Amino acid sequence: MIVVEDIHKHFGGFHAVDGATMSIKEGSITGLIGPNGAGKTTLFNVIAGVLKPTSGRVTMLGEDITGLPPHELFHKGLLRTFQIAHEFSSMSCRENLMMVPGGQSGETLWNTWFGRKRIANEERALRAKADEVLEFLTISHLADHKAGQVSGGQKKLLELGRTMMVDARIVFLDEVGAGVNRTLLNTIADAILRLNTERGYTFVVIEHDMDFIGKICDPVICMAEGKVLAQGTLAEIKANEQVIEAYLGTGLKNKDQLEAGA
Amino acid sequence: MDFLNAIVALSNFVLVPAIAYGSQLALGALGVTLIYGILRFSNFAHGDTMAFGAMITILVTWWMQSAGINLGPLPTALLALPFGILGCVAMLLLTDRLIYRFYREQKAKPVILVIVSMGVMFIMNGIVRFIIGPNDQRFADGERFLISAREFKAMTGLSEGLAIRTSSVITVVVAVIAVALLFWFLNRTRTGKSMRAYSDNEDLALLSGINPERVVMVTWLIVAALATVAGVLYGLDKSFKPFTYFQLLLPIFASAIVGGLGNPLGAITGGFVIAFSEVTITYAWKKVANYVLPESIAPDGLAQLLSTDYKFAVSFVILLIVLLFKPTGLFKGKAV
Ligand SMILES: Nc1ncnc2c1ncn2[C@@H]1O[C@H](COP(=O)(O)OP(=O)(O)OP(=O)(O)O)[C@@H](O)[C@H]1O
Ligand SMILES: [Mg+2]
Repeated sequence: MIVVEDIHKHFGGFHAVDGATMSIKEGSITGLIGPNGAGKTTLFNVIAGVLKPTSGRVTMLGEDITGLPPHELFHKGLLRTFQIAHEFSSMSCRENLMMVPGGQSGETLWNTWFGRKRIANEERALRAKADEVLEFLTISHLADHKAGQVSGGQKKLLELGRTMMVDARIVFLDEVGAGVNRTLLNTIADAILRLNTERGYTFVVIEHDMDFIGKICDPVICMAEGKVLAQGTLAEIKANEQVIEAYLGTGLKNKDQLEAGA
Repeated sequence: MDFLNAIVALSNFVLVPAIAYGSQLALGALGVTLIYGILRFSNFAHGDTMAFGAMITILVTWWMQSAGINLGPLPTALLALPFGILGCVAMLLLTDRLIYRFYREQKAKPVILVIVSMGVMFIMNGIVRFIIGPNDQRFADGERFLISAREFKAMTGLSEGLAIRTSSVITVVVAVIAVALLFWFLNRTRTGKSMRAYSDNEDLALLSGINPERVVMVTWLIVAALATVAGVLYGLDKSFKPFTYFQLLLPIFASAIVGGLGNPLGAITGGFVIAFSEVTITYAWKKVANYVLPESIAPDGLAQLLSTDYKFAVSFVILLIVLLFKPTGLFKGKAV
């Protein structure tokens, strides 16, 4: 569905992404793992149009989408969440969710004046939808709280909620699980699986939690130093020499974790 | 009786002028604050944008006057106002296309945009003077007073008169309508909400499918309308002279900053704070004091704290005081 061809992203002389090539299958939940600073977030930023790549190409269903601005990608059904949660701080959590579906009839000035009734109906539907999503994420009680004031983990949930407000095709999740407690982590994993099977979302998930990856992701891609090291099932990745050296390590602690996860 | 006279004198020389002036500053500051919140720079060209919009309105007003079109007791300028706004919209969209967009694509820092806006200011300034000249222009017509001082005295039997000028009333009415429309737009319409969202968190707004160019365009439209209305109201109330509009930049920025840059409610409050301070501090209180104080302690001099020549210093001092104690302004503004 998404093909990333030899993407380079340099910051000055530093090669944050250094010739990454990968292809994401439609309907898959692909895990993206790698040590801190491997260039995972930077790659997301390039795909999502926030950063222009130094060189390389990204295509979506065969169409070249390299360097398209984020709002156009949004309308093509490509969504992403931020590693550091973003929110419209002065709006309530519900309003935050209701902001997402762009390009409705309310968007033209003409409609603002003459299509009041239709807009009111749309707003009502949107509100119901937002409440549904909040309910699903177990944060209904925060609906009217200012999004700037909820906790870090709750902001993460809101990030995920945002992707549920529209019919996305592919969603890039950047560590949605970080800072979220275990029970909620399972809820999130279930949400991702459901969106995948019921609504046909394709996911690319960055995560450092191997249990989480193991539970939902197939295949898994491992990046290090801006390059793709390996791609395969989690078991294959875990057995991969290069991956062990670069990421999973051979230290005692990691070894335990490896065996526990496998 | 003396007390009533004091109140009337106070209203006549302080309250009414300050409310009118405050409304004008508030409209100006709203424009500045919107640009700061959404386009993320301090627009030094705002005073001259007001002058440009007012100039177009004046030219159309003159044409209407010569063609015999008028609004009876109301100034013809009100009829010409929509044309002024359109002219100003065209001007701002053109500057955006030719100048600001380039810097936006470069993701230029706010400080660079500020300098750029100074360049735009000089150009607009030149254009206005080139077209209409640097001198005072009169374009007000219709009834000058709603109530003149003489009528008021005859009506009430007081020795002090309260003159209410048509322009003051129009200023307040138009300002209230403009502000109501603006807030309705920002809080109720989807486009308005997307502007607030964009101002709040640009990255997230983009990833929520909000088209930044559209937000920028709508912002300029609103700014053009606000600036023209502010410019015309000020011109009707005082007079139109390009240089005064440049000078207005200081109290307007003071208003926006005092209220909290980027916060529309703050801009309005700031406008009135500055206007009331300026007017009360430069007003000669002798008359009012003579009415309310016993003769023994009534002032001999004018009881004027500061000569009107120094009125701009007032904005400056208030600005300093607010920034010292509340750096984000009275209402919480935003930092770029
Ligand atoms: N805007 C930038 N300017 C300069 N260097 C940057 C910039 N953004 C990222 N980098 C560098 O690029 C490298 C990759 O960063 P990136 O955020 O993509 O890592 P990551 O794989 O997401 O790591 P983590 O797991 O910690 O989130 C880092 O070394 C970082 O310092
Ligand atoms: Mg990251």
